Amino acid sequence: MTTTTASAQPGERTVGKSSPGTARGPRRRPGRIRRIGLPYLLLLPALLLELLVHLVPMVIGIVMSFKELTQFYIRDWTVAPWTGLDNYSLSVDFDAPVGEALLHSFLVTCAFTVLSVGLCWLIGTAAAICMQDAFRGRGLLRAIFLVPYALPVYAAVITWAFMFQHDNGLVNHVLHDQLGLTDKPSFWLIGDNSFVALLVVSVWKGWPFAFLIVMAGLQNIPKELYEAAALDGAGVWQQIRRITLPSLRPVNQVLVLVLFLWTFNDFNTPFVLFGKAAPEAADLISIHIYQSSFVTWNFGAGSAMSVLLLLFLLLVTGVYLFLTSRSARTPRAARASRERKTADV
Amino acid sequence: MRSIRAAAVGAVTMSLALAASACGGGSSSGGGSNDSPKELTYWASNQGASVEVDKKVLQPELDKFEKETGIKVKLEVVPWSDLLNRILTATTSGQGPDILNIGNTWSASLQATGALLPWDAKSFDKIGGKDRFVESALGSTGVEGQDPAAVPLYSMAYALYYNKKMFADAGITKPPATWDELVETGKKISKDGKWALGAEGSNLSNNIHQVFVLGKQHGADFFTADGKPDFTSDGAVAAVKQYVDLMAGDKVIAPGNAEYAQNQSLSDFAKGKTAMVLWQTASATFKTMGMEEDEWGVAPAPVASGTPGTGKATNSMVAGINMAVFKNTDNVDGATKFVKFMTSDAEQKILNEAYGSIPPVKAAQTDPAFNTPATAVLRETLATSAAALPQVPDESQFETAVGTAVKELFADAAAGREVTAESVEEKLAKAQQQMPTK
Repeated sequence: MTTTTASAQPGERTVGKSSPGTARGPRRRPGRIRRIGLPYLLLLPALLLELLVHLVPMVIGIVMSFKELTQFYIRDWTVAPWTGLDNYSLSVDFDAPVGEALLHSFLVTCAFTVLSVGLCWLIGTAAAICMQDAFRGRGLLRAIFLVPYALPVYAAVITWAFMFQHDNGLVNHVLHDQLGLTDKPSFWLIGDNSFVALLVVSVWKGWPFAFLIVMAGLQNIPKELYEAAALDGAGVWQQIRRITLPSLRPVNQVLVLVLFLWTFNDFNTPFVLFGKAAPEAADLISIHIYQSSFVTWNFGAGSAMSVLLLLFLLLVTGVYLFLTSRSARTPRAARASRERKTADV
Repeated sequence: MRSIRAAAVGAVTMSLALAASACGGGSSSGGGSNDSPKELTYWASNQGASVEVDKKVLQPELDKFEKETGIKVKLEVVPWSDLLNRILTATTSGQGPDILNIGNTWSASLQATGALLPWDAKSFDKIGGKDRFVESALGSTGVEGQDPAAVPLYSMAYALYYNKKMFADAGITKPPATWDELVETGKKISKDGKWALGAEGSNLSNNIHQVFVLGKQHGADFFTADGKPDFTSDGAVAAVKQYVDLMAGDKVIAPGNAEYAQNQSLSDFAKGKTAMVLWQTASATFKTMGMEEDEWGVAPAPVASGTPGTGKATNSMVAGINMAVFKNTDNVDGATKFVKFMTSDAEQKILNEAYGSIPPVKAAQTDPAFNTPATAVLRETLATSAAALPQVPDESQFETAVGTAVKELFADAAAGREVTAESVEEKLAKAQQQMPTK
């Protein structure tokens, strides 16, 4: 709104100055308003929908986090009594079981996210670089690589759950029966190994996305750069380090952020793999919050945990964007100064 | 042009505002109405081998009801895994079916939400009175001292199912009646890849059912008389330890059972991998898994010593399904008629026979269909030695918290870690501290 009026005013002045007394001026005014205002008007429905879909539930969630919302009040949450910051202090009291469990779940999620995103990125990038040069069968391989990304999550994770079974699972069959790597069949869906199982499925499911994005990013690097580097005697590693990775920086910046947010919030994978009570070692925060609110019917505490999670993700995203945009600026400046020096020589 | 646009924007805004206000909270006014007297919607829980089987069983009965009363019943069979969440969603939105099935252990928890129509003496009179129902089944329809939130529909009880051939091969002549006998028998069977007893270590509800019954045998209830959680009493610790020790110490349950949650123990039984399971009404399942009826036997679930009965000789929880009327119904009278129809003597016989369960209606129990060797054990158990799970509003949380603790203890046992009274108590204490304090 402010923008519209602000830009309309100078327009009015220009009109008044350039052609005083003419009939064109007043007729042009609504035209300009329409031209400038129309996009906003057209955006309005989308904006309202966006508000309804995202902002309203978020506000409701925040309100709920200040209420005592147990089975006695879920029929009409507006009448639930206010508890002030009780739900928050319960969530962050790390010496008490609820807070301790939340902290544990948070740390598990952090470790899981770092490993999963790192591996997804590494495998995706390696595969994309290998697929960069044309060779026979490249199209087929690219298509196969994308299969995990194309499969419906539930179908894929349920298949993994079957493969991880202790008695009849394929994983134990291969590791124990065929390769003899373990003394006895391991448990993958309960106990400490569940973290590894979750990580494997997450990376399997996530790396094709990294592959796809990096592959797209690679298309933008001019071939001449590699040719020139090769002429100067740069090997494959040097080409990757000096040309590929720096050129991919803007792509990676977005890729890592998106992977981070998806992995940190992933609900489907642990839920399908472990059901509503995940093993301690693989108790991701999304499942933990789900269990705190929907399974134990304490929606107030669950909402408080969600708000805390939201704040954490906002903080991390903010810091990440700040750091990466700064570091993106620095090399460019350095490069510019290097180029100037070369020109001087 | 502009006015059309303005009107369009106005309309969108209005509809969004309306939608937003409609989203906020269910109506708290209640008691239902009779605005739509010719139609009912019914959420049935999945009782048969599949949703399709349920539709085949129920649809002819619903048609019969329509013929009698002129009221059409729209049926939806809801799988177990979705049922509680669906009910919760309906409760918060106020948009639910007219009538629904609930697991009877949830009665008190759902009663606390106020979403279900209470059954006072007057409403019970409309369906023939409270006296028609078996006492133990009425015990799981809501908190004591309040009007029930639901009416019993199907009853089930735990029994010990055993594989006759495996018993004969091990030289065992009769099923174990006490836990000591079970362990002793079990040690004879558990070898060469065969195991004595099946369990569902990752199924929270099943864990709760088993440790609740064992708790009763150790004199523990898991809740105090005034409804406060009491998970760490000596009896509760002993009960949980005894159950997990069947795997950890006695080694009569296969370690792999620790991750079972999808009734895999039943298929192990049908394949002859395990010789016994403690289950409620498993006969129909064994038949669909290809077992002949004379291949298995049914005996009362074990007790500590002597014979099953009330008190410390409790050997089953009162399992079953209740029928409830949603408070927001717009056909209270029709819903009452439908409950009357479904709990009538004739329908009780038809439905319970189809599902292999026991009628909670006394008059229907006398039917010969419920006097086969398998059903007689279940009926007898329900009548004499079954106890309802604690009817407290926090029951649902108890199932999750303690069920998870038992699951984690099974995971320890499976990994070969020792399960001690201390480790059991620690897990139970953690579970108790996670319960709501208010």
